[in-house]
Amino acid sequence: MSIPIRVLVAKPGLDGHDRGAKVIARALRDAGMEVIYTGLRQTPEMIVNAALQEDVQVIGLSILSGAHNAIVPRVMELLREKGMTDVIVVVGGIIPDEDAAELKQLGVAEVFQPGASLDKIITFIRDSVKQVA
Amino acid sequence: MAAATTYSELIERVLAGDIRALARAASIVESQSKPARDLIAALFARTGHAMIVGITGPPGAGKSTLVDQLARVIRGQGRTVGIIAVDPSSPFTHGAILGDRIRMQDHHADPGVFIRSMATRGRLGGIAQATLEMSLLLDAAGRDVVMIETVGVGQDEVEVASLADVTAVVLVPGLGDDVQAIKAGIMEVADVFAINKADLPGAERLEQEIRAMQSLGAESERANSAPVRRVVATEGRGVEELLAVIEAVFAKRKRKGERAGTWAVRLRELLREDLMTGLPEHDVQAHAQRVAMKLEDPYTAVDSLRKAICG
Repeated sequence: MSIPIRVLVAKPGLDGHDRGAKVIARALRDAGMEVIYTGLRQTPEMIVNAALQEDVQVIGLSILSGAHNAIVPRVMELLREKGMTDVIVVVGGIIPDEDAAELKQLGVAEVFQPGASLDKIITFIRDSVKQVA
Repeated sequence: MAAATTYSELIERVLAGDIRALARAASIVESQSKPARDLIAALFARTGHAMIVGITGPPGAGKSTLVDQLARVIRGQGRTVGIIAVDPSSPFTHGAILGDRIRMQDHHADPGVFIRSMATRGRLGGIAQATLEMSLLLDAAGRDVVMIETVGVGQDEVEVASLADVTAVVLVPGLGDDVQAIKAGIMEVADVFAINKADLPGAERLEQEIRAMQSLGAESERANSAPVRRVVATEGRGVEELLAVIEAVFAKRKRKGERAGTWAVRLRELLREDLMTGLPEHDVQAHAQRVAMKLEDPYTAVDSLRKAICG
């Protein structure tokens, strides 16, 4: 049996809409991944610390509140500070196109907007992890 | 040779308290490969310092919350903590959702608390495949207390007791009548009972039932009855007292030198795993077919498989 991909699924921000994060967590589990799910209201510091201790290959951030331009840059900065630039960051949620482009500039591997299929997300994660390894 | 150099560098960083190195080492240990063995072998001489506490109990008993609170108290005393939080893997996809960290959020700014989630990866008994190895790693890394939180268990998943110096069974009121209390299994491996959610009705009755169960044992057993403590983990009530009781059991064990007995259990389990890894899967399938078709009896099949492993 090959070693499962480890993913942290986190829901930063102050809103309580974690349905999306839960659907993703469940889909990644069903795709054979080990999903560390940390729940609602995560600060960038909490997210990066959990990713550090759990040695995950991927961080998935679910952001629906519009706070992505505040949260994601901070997460990327903390990852750089801790020397964790090999961790793949993907973002899902309501992200306008121009913001998505900017997030990618910051090092986010992919942004999944409303309507992205679960298959597409799973395939992207698998392929990206293979490339890093 | 290159591998050995990499490890000595990694080990140095782990021993220097580098969290990233510890997390990386944990992944290697969890892979259960040759590198995992080399790493543990290299670190083994440094183990034996930590108090290893097993926290087990049925789903929803409040194990994660209690572990979180115990960590808070232990940190308050200036000691460091390692937590191994186990959740089940899917038997079908091998995927898992590891959600114990949800209840352990307060320590994120504190490098003195290292939390690692583990999926069972097919291991039964309430723990993950490489739990022993992970506890040895955290011990060697200098964690003063290592807590192993099992998956939510039923009555018979008692393996954590062979890994822990002290096993605390967490129960909650209202789970079942008093017949549940005399059943074998998890009730027997408890060194300490924690009655969580003790503010709910029925806590007193549960405590009485546990004590009544203990009073039925032989006299020699009764003298060693596991202490019972009531806690309300969400509020931190009773947690300091619980920790004190756990420490007392640990101190007693250490004096009596009971660790060798535990190692006998662990060695048997490691040997079993080792033999199973050497088992060629296609041979198992071939014999399974023959047994299913009544061309062979199961014992003959096992004999052949043993020869396949041992040569």
